[in-house]
Amino acid sequence: MELLNREQYDVLRKRLAREQRRLNIRRIKSNYGLVAGAVLFLFFVLLAVAGPLIIPHDPAEMKVAERLMAPGGTHWLGTDEFGRDLLARIVYGARVSIAAGLSVAAIASVLGLIAGLYASYYKWLDHVLMRICDGLYAIPGILLAIALMAALGASIRNVIIALSIVYTPGIARIVRSAALSVRSQTYIEAMVVQGAGATRIIWRHIMPNTLSPLLVQATFVFAEAIISEAALSFLGVGIPAPEPSWGNILQAGKLVIYKAWWMVVFPGAAIVLTVLGLNLLGDGLRDHLDPRLAAKGKR
Amino acid sequence: MAGYLAKRLLSLVPVLFVVTVAIFLIIHITPGGPAASILGMEATEEEIERLNEELGLNRPIHEQYVTWVAGLLRGDLGDSIFMRMPVSRAIREHIGPTLSLAIVAQLIAIVLAIPFGMLAAYKRGTLADYTLMGASLLGMAVPSFLMGLLLMLVIGVKLGWLPVAGYAPLSAGLGVHLKFLILPALSLGSIQAALIARMTRSSMLDILNLPFIRTARSKGLNELKVVGKHALRNAFLPILTVVGQTFGTLVTGAVVVESIFNIPGLGQLILNSIERRDYAVIQGVVLFVTIIYVAINLAVDLLYGAVDPRVRLDKR
Repeated sequence: MELLNREQYDVLRKRLAREQRRLNIRRIKSNYGLVAGAVLFLFFVLLAVAGPLIIPHDPAEMKVAERLMAPGGTHWLGTDEFGRDLLARIVYGARVSIAAGLSVAAIASVLGLIAGLYASYYKWLDHVLMRICDGLYAIPGILLAIALMAALGASIRNVIIALSIVYTPGIARIVRSAALSVRSQTYIEAMVVQGAGATRIIWRHIMPNTLSPLLVQATFVFAEAIISEAALSFLGVGIPAPEPSWGNILQAGKLVIYKAWWMVVFPGAAIVLTVLGLNLLGDGLRDHLDPRLAAKGKR
Repeated sequence: MAGYLAKRLLSLVPVLFVVTVAIFLIIHITPGGPAASILGMEATEEEIERLNEELGLNRPIHEQYVTWVAGLLRGDLGDSIFMRMPVSRAIREHIGPTLSLAIVAQLIAIVLAIPFGMLAAYKRGTLADYTLMGASLLGMAVPSFLMGLLLMLVIGVKLGWLPVAGYAPLSAGLGVHLKFLILPALSLGSIQAALIARMTRSSMLDILNLPFIRTARSKGLNELKVVGKHALRNAFLPILTVVGQTFGTLVTGAVVVESIFNIPGLGQLILNSIERRDYAVIQGVVLFVTIIYVAINLAVDLLYGAVDPRVRLDKR
């Protein structure tokens, strides 16, 4: 019996990969939550990226004569207390809010990944890092963020720093627990015995196995960071005016709540729909990446 | 039980150590140092030096930490520079509204969520179930400060049923007290209600399929008794867990919601202190709420044993 030659093997491998991809796509398509979440979220990302090209108004342009105009006419979503176009402010606010959320999710993921991986590998480091995580975790997130913002001062950069500090411990824990279950596998022991270096084992063999739970958690952190940024800005310790963010539009909206319902309802809807999209996306990703969990949850 | 309690308390030591270090360090990350930050741009070197001296900020940092913690152990949270009073007194004066709000929010959440959660489980797979679970999913996506604004807009401004903002202490009468607290408590409790409803539903579903429910039915008990008594009792532990865990977050969340409704609680205290750069108060409030939060979580863990004899804490 003749073995496959190089060419046949390549053809077969490509066909298998294609088949795998097709199955994967079909599984994604039948995961309605994942699709709905992705569509909802991507809509707002698109709005943030392309919106400024379409909307004819400048978010900073003040027109005294057009203060607090109700939705309709040239201002589709109305205007704010300075006569600025609300739609333009929400669209530019989407850039700020989504960018802040994304930065927090990315920074917390990288820091959490490094901390979680090394904690799973070195026992002494595990004790130190996990006690630090426990401690930071014990301080209610929004309070820690408020206290950090009080010290650092209100700015976009500081919001990102403060929220990254708040969300890193949670991610470190998740990465660590995923990494620990890999760490005890025989093939890792085998690598240690063969003399592979710690860096190689950690980054080439343990790290890839922690990426699925990390991705899921990062999605949830993204959503929470958007909420927290909005809360901080709403309280006046987050992103300062005149830079629009969903939170500080709401802060202005509270002051004119008697006269201008649109200042509360539209930015509020933007936050809720974005967060809902990210949460559905996170749930969907979890089901997709860990089918065993999905089966358990569906009882 | 005593052994378990001791172990749990001991495990809190490193947590509290990290908590205190973190909160202590917060004021030291202010750009230019806390004294310069308190005095503002126009402060001269000598003024900054004098304030550093007064606040003890010119001593080595570990010494400052030890002094601070030693004070904490005596119940001394330091002094407010702006209000010229001990931080502990400031907290005492502001804790009432925060606790009231958190408790009312918790009660509203429980009263709303458990019956609806049971209904959803009982009518599983029907329109009622999907509607309730859809509403709870949406409820979880609406942050409390936003829910507060929306309730304020609809019920306070448009319908005029309840006061838009403000606060009346319990001493003004329970009715008035509650009238001011309903909207804030509803906005604070909505996420909790959604969580509890979901947990009630899934926990009830587990129980409703068990043989003893079939037995209860077959011996002729009416449905209300089967579901409301036999099933709910056994489904209660996970529900209690969520209720307990969320009470801690309610106290924290109250801090945010207060500012929307102008309730003079700890949240307002901390936000005012940020404007005044009154760092001792900020540290004190954060530490105080963290300790409440940790204590509530511990209490909930210990309560498990009381509610469910199957959980033998000391045998673990």
